[in-house]
Amino acid sequence: MKNTVEIRWHGRGGQGAKTAALLLADVAFKTGKYVQGFPEYGPERMGAPITAYNRISEDEITVHSNIYEPDYVVVVDETLLDSIDVTKGLKTEGAVIVNTEHTKEEIMRHLNGYEGTVYTVDAKSISMKALGKNYPNSPMLAATVAVSGIMGEEEFLSEMESSFQHKFAKKPEVIDGNMQALKMAFDTIKKH
Amino acid sequence: MAIRERLSGNEAVAYAIKQINPDVMPAFPITPSTEIPQYVANYIANGEIDTEFIHVESEHSAMSATVGASAAGARAVTATSSCGMALMWEELYVAASNRLPIVLALVNRALSGPININADHSDSMGARDSGWIQIYAESNQEVYDNYIQAFPIAENKKVHLPVMVCQDGFITSHGVENIMLIEDDKVKAFVGEYEPEHYLLNADERIAVGPYAVSNYYMETKRGQREAMLNAREVILEVAEKFEKMTGRKYGFFEEYRMEDAEYAVVIIGSAAGTCKAAIEHIRSTTGKKVGLIKIRVFRPFPEEEIARALANVKAVAIMDRSEMFAGTSGPLGAEVRAAMYQAHAKAEVVNYFYGLGGRDITVSDFERVYENLEKMAETHTVIGMYDYIGLRE
Repeated sequence: MKNTVEIRWHGRGGQGAKTAALLLADVAFKTGKYVQGFPEYGPERMGAPITAYNRISEDEITVHSNIYEPDYVVVVDETLLDSIDVTKGLKTEGAVIVNTEHTKEEIMRHLNGYEGTVYTVDAKSISMKALGKNYPNSPMLAATVAVSGIMGEEEFLSEMESSFQHKFAKKPEVIDGNMQALKMAFDTIKKH
Repeated sequence: MAIRERLSGNEAVAYAIKQINPDVMPAFPITPSTEIPQYVANYIANGEIDTEFIHVESEHSAMSATVGASAAGARAVTATSSCGMALMWEELYVAASNRLPIVLALVNRALSGPININADHSDSMGARDSGWIQIYAESNQEVYDNYIQAFPIAENKKVHLPVMVCQDGFITSHGVENIMLIEDDKVKAFVGEYEPEHYLLNADERIAVGPYAVSNYYMETKRGQREAMLNAREVILEVAEKFEKMTGRKYGFFEEYRMEDAEYAVVIIGSAAGTCKAAIEHIRSTTGKKVGLIKIRVFRPFPEEEIARALANVKAVAIMDRSEMFAGTSGPLGAEVRAAMYQAHAKAEVVNYFYGLGGRDITVSDFERVYENLEKMAETHTVIGMYDYIGLRE
């Protein structure tokens, strides 16, 4: 497990945290890695807290348990911060990435004294600027790649562009906006 | 060249169905197996396969229609989980006793109640006496490989029994992992065309399927089923050998992992075996302790003598069950493995653990504790009891 990066996603049902975890698995897979992307299911309903996970490794992955001591935690919905201990088990040499318009200092008050690095990404405003709609998934995915260093920026952007070209073959006009959102999120992390 | 992909376990089964293009698939949706008929319906709608999909109003009807189609001479498949299979119960026995080579993709999920959608083996373990061959998988790769192998096993003239291809609900069914797919033409050649010997739509041979059997005939039918199940042993290994030649991936009745010198062994079924493997690697590299694993692939027919042989030299064994049977003594796997060891006059200390019921997670450190307990048992020659729990809140 030494060469394995473990990531835990917190979101609410319907917001796409599971989709983001699967997208991350997808893009890491394309760069030759062994991957796992899986959700933890409770009662299935919109708005309920959900957890999703990634393992990404150079070696074959056999473990089939949830992740309790992740390297990184991604919080797609900051309203979860008061009800869920999102940094539970998170390694101090790791990091938590929160989708919020608030400052890092404001967010840290809700993180139970977590001593590792805290990143904030205003995924909503990035998405509104780039796409005109609130799709926080793409910016959070890019921020996660930037923070974790699972792959380089260029490699990531080129893989994402080819999958957007495939996914949006019938509406190519949204590809540029999505790529823009990824780049803006990457820049946000670089400025931290 | 094999195809490097990443798929969920449900996608992997659906993809195998697409490659095989069975004649008929009646199905009714139930979590967590719903995606299988959903993907297959897509393939059919897109004109990629010409399987006749039958929309039914319940799982009772799903298995009834599968039985009807198979008896008519079609290659027939279905998929289900948990309470869905419970509703098929009557027809499971009908399928097996009529010797119909149906392949059922079972995505293991706990039976109610309390109602729960997560993985355990109570659905398939309850059906262990129904006369179906049962094959279990650790990973998405294995469920894909097992599904393809199920057809030449079921349809072999010496066998002619239905096969249940099982995987753990959500853990593998909804988890995306790397997988190596086999090219379409190779899968088609491996599975071959289904040519039924006796079937209802054969105008030249009039037969009855499923007639009433008085006491004078019933017992011999059961003896025939047992014979078929015994024949399946040889056929399962033949098919695995042929599969290994095609893919390089080796299968048997069970996998022996680091058992060559093992003193402490876990016997387990399904996805948790992979987690146990990580614990074994960690223990061996940090302490040098000789720990190993037997992962059951084929539970029906049960490979009794082979398991006893594989456990002949260990000091202590933990048999791990992911379903209860309320005997108060063992779980289904515990009872079978204990019986096998008793027949072989095994000397090892044995404990039966219940774990993972209703999707309760089991981790690498849980397995490390299991091996610590086995070591204590072997040193003190005491067993804490017939059975115990992993991850239970008392």
